[in-house]
Amino acid sequence: MSEWTLFEVFIRSKHGLNHKHVGSVHAVDAEMAIENARDLYTRRNEGVSIWAVPSASITATASDEKEPLFDPSEDKVYRHASFYELPDEVGHM
Amino acid sequence: MYAQQVETGTKAIKSLAEMGPEERAFQEKIDAEIKIEAKNWMPDNYRKTLIRQISQHAHSEIVGMLPEGNWVTRAPTLKRKLQLMAKIQDEAGHGLYLYSAMETLGADRDEEIEKLHSGRAKYSSIFNYPTLNWADMGAVGWLVDGAAIVNQVPLQRTSYGPYSRAMIRVCKEESFHQRQGYEILLHMMRHGIQAQKDMVQDAINRLWWPSLMMFGPSDAESPNSAQSMAWKIKRHTNDELRQRFIDQTIPQLELLGCSVPDPDLKWNEERGHYDFGEIQWKEFYEVLKGNGPCNRERLETRRNAIQDGAWVREAAVAHANKKQKQQAAA
Repeated sequence: MSEWTLFEVFIRSKHGLNHKHVGSVHAVDAEMAIENARDLYTRRNEGVSIWAVPSASITATASDEKEPLFDPSEDKVYRHASFYELPDEVGHM
Repeated sequence: MYAQQVETGTKAIKSLAEMGPEERAFQEKIDAEIKIEAKNWMPDNYRKTLIRQISQHAHSEIVGMLPEGNWVTRAPTLKRKLQLMAKIQDEAGHGLYLYSAMETLGADRDEEIEKLHSGRAKYSSIFNYPTLNWADMGAVGWLVDGAAIVNQVPLQRTSYGPYSRAMIRVCKEESFHQRQGYEILLHMMRHGIQAQKDMVQDAINRLWWPSLMMFGPSDAESPNSAQSMAWKIKRHTNDELRQRFIDQTIPQLELLGCSVPDPDLKWNEERGHYDFGEIQWKEFYEVLKGNGPCNRERLETRRNAIQDGAWVREAAVAHANKKQKQQAAA
């Protein structure tokens, strides 16, 4: 079975949120990947839509890139609403 | 516990000072409760230990379907049969979530399954006991899944991300298993004839001690357990989890109106826990070695399933290839 293609499975719940990664399945082709994903990941109404993507097609960030990629956003506190102090009279904003 | 004895390749635990820079950074992440992910650097023994533990856990889920499969055609009503099939399908799902988590560590699924089939990999000792009467389906759900939940709830916080996420998913589904089991027993005790009530007690008598053995031997002296705790693969000792299971199970036992085959079981006011009798570890090690009542039958069933299903897998590949060619030609 290991020589079958590995697919990553993404499910959208009925609440209208984004497809979310839930796990992976092995399958001979995309059609079987969807069938297997349906049996494995939606036994309790977890979703209304499934994406199956060959794992090999996913480009991911490398773990040694973590600092150059994500650290620059750490010192930009002014991107958060809580950075801006407003007087109480303004009320909820 | 579904993984009862996991070799860590460790003799003594290293202090931070004894570690090289990579290992120290790794251990500091663990200490700070940051999850380790598949592509992160990890010590070779951490990887190997996880592959052993997750594969044992997965094998247990898969072999665990067999004692229950025995009762699908014998369930007393259609309702019970549907519930049992749903539970068995969940166990297959849990095995698959776990095999996927294991594969993120670079392990090969076929190779690990082959280790199971050739007797080189372990699975939980509990599934080597037979399920002799219908009340066993209740007792398995209540006690065996109950013990599994006690083990798996803390594993949701295990240090390896993919294993932790698989456990979160498993735990969400598991409480149905325990409740359906307990309900089977409660129904037999409240509405059954005497012979059916006797069946419940008989099932508990046979499965009580093997359920306590599920947590594995006392780990006070084990360097493997201490290492797994330092890596936060394991979050509690075997003895802590076993005590937790007993404490939460005895009130449920009393509500059923049944007893356990342990004359030493009694509430200890001072400790705030139940005391219990000595576990027969000789039996546990025999079962683990392959000499339990059903070891040979379980592995033979698994091997036959793989062999008899080979043509289906081959046909699936042939069909996919044919479709691909047709699409290419069109």
